[in-house]
Amino acid sequence: MSQADLTMQGHSAGLLAGTPFSMPTKKLAMWLFIIADTMTFAACLVAYGFLRNGTPNWPRPFHSITNVALMTVILLTSSLTMMFGVQAAKAGDKAGAFRWTMITAAAGIVFALLHVREWLALIDEGMTLFKNPWGTGLFGASFFSITGLHLTHVTCGVIALIAVAMRYKAGRYNADDIEILGLYWHFVDLVWMFVVPLVYLLNLSH
Amino acid sequence: MAIAAQQRSSGTGRYVGVYVCLLVLAALQFVIAYQNIDASQMFTRMMVVALVEAVLAVMFFMHLWAEKRGFLWFVAVFTIFVLLTMQYGWTDSSRMRVGGAPFSSYSK
Repeated sequence: MSQADLTMQGHSAGLLAGTPFSMPTKKLAMWLFIIADTMTFAACLVAYGFLRNGTPNWPRPFHSITNVALMTVILLTSSLTMMFGVQAAKAGDKAGAFRWTMITAAAGIVFALLHVREWLALIDEGMTLFKNPWGTGLFGASFFSITGLHLTHVTCGVIALIAVAMRYKAGRYNADDIEILGLYWHFVDLVWMFVVPLVYLLNLSH
Repeated sequence: MAIAAQQRSSGTGRYVGVYVCLLVLAALQFVIAYQNIDASQMFTRMMVVALVEAVLAVMFFMHLWAEKRGFLWFVAVFTIFVLLTMQYGWTDSSRMRVGGAPFSSYSK
């Protein structure tokens, strides 16, 4: 072993020892992003709750829960398929990891399409960012902002899932990359668990 | 090889278990939405269920439970602290109910 190899080994060991929480830096970066994104969504949801609580004529436009229930089941199921993808990648099952990750992406696409269908139905009923037929105009602004932010996350997630799965299949990415992307996808699912009750279920017309 | 397959199978069972729990809790939120209770009670119940769902997802799907305890505390303390500090404005929100939130009459 050359002196250069020894030096590099020592350097690498030093770098690993210096990693916070002995965690790969990519994974730590994703966790920090998730914590920051939690604050973004929390700020949006708290602002929404603030307005909803302070506005007497807050609209309750949702008559049916079928669409949102279906969206919830699809997103939760996609989290499970993502888990299977991560598990397969960790076990070295490249084909399985690719297949499960692409199934997750497909579920994300279905979720996004259902979301867009719901938006179009609400727009058809006369809801825009600043007005709606049921009450305060603030409803449209907050609804489209929160669900739009979540939909943007889902869309970015789908693109990332496809890109990472392809590169993993080509051997350019490894199991860690699938796992790190899985963290993001579970976070998107987690946010939906709060969006559904606050934005949809509390605004059901009984 | 057999041990790895067994570990993978037990992991799958755990993930499916967590998934079923999440589905049941999500269904519970929908049930709560149709209960004949006032909005504040409904909000509280739904948020409790959502928090349980979030903890399950973070601990088992995102594997926070398997990370170092120091990291778990780092995530929990920072996140909970900031989320709690965001709650300072609720009393002002209730005060707004008298006159309505700014721009709340801006409809149609």
